[in-house]
Amino acid sequence: MRNRMDIEFSALSQNESFARVTVAAFIAQLDPTVDELTEIKTVVSEAVTNAIIHGYEQNADGKVYISVELNDDTVHLSIRDNGIGIDDLDEARQPLFTTKPELERSGMGFTIMENFMDEVKIESAKNQGTSIQVVKYLSKNKALCN
Amino acid sequence: MSLTISLEVKHPVLLIRLEGELDHHTAEELRERVDQLLEERKIEHIVLSLEGLSFMDSSGLGVILGRYNKVKSFGGEMVVCSISPAVKRLFEMSGLFKIVRLEDDEQHALATLGVA
Repeated sequence: MRNRMDIEFSALSQNESFARVTVAAFIAQLDPTVDELTEIKTVVSEAVTNAIIHGYEQNADGKVYISVELNDDTVHLSIRDNGIGIDDLDEARQPLFTTKPELERSGMGFTIMENFMDEVKIESAKNQGTSIQVVKYLSKNKALCN
Repeated sequence: MSLTISLEVKHPVLLIRLEGELDHHTAEELRERVDQLLEERKIEHIVLSLEGLSFMDSSGLGVILGRYNKVKSFGGEMVVCSISPAVKRLFEMSGLFKIVRLEDDEQHALATLGVA
């Protein structure tokens, strides 16, 4: 059965916690493991933080959009912004690469997403925004596939 | 849920206990409070006690790495203890254990730095 939710909120750092808790609460109905829930919350946090710091460069007028679609035991998660976009996607995906070392960014955001999710797709266009689409197969589903 | 920060100076070590969630939003306060103490007091080493830390993301890695760089510049070291499996995974993924030492608990961590 397909089940979907959409949220939209201001690009403010205090909403990072709101975003990951809300997504986790929606996904809880699929009865994920504690580890799976932590991984999903971490990925939401990474993507939303990227939108706030990099996409909108901390301009709170910006909006962050999250959609979650549950399809059997698969979670499709989309995090989007209408910010400045990413110049070089290959560079951005490198572990420890950051354009903002002065803000003590670790450069681990995309590496964490790739480690915690089964599929990661990033689309970005200059001054139009960035869209991150990730897929996570919950373990019940994996057991069936094996 | 936010972050509760407890800072205790056990000369020459700053013991930082974190409870709650360390993300981009809460990292800012941690950075300010720790840096203020590092400037005011003669701190050499940092012990990071993370038993109560229920969530951390890459912003947490960034603020920890930043404080490591500060104590390293004074010739000190950073020791982390009481770490959960989820937080440990992020440390491993980022290679932080190559520069930050891991101990089981606060007592051990402090003892290795000469604080009884």
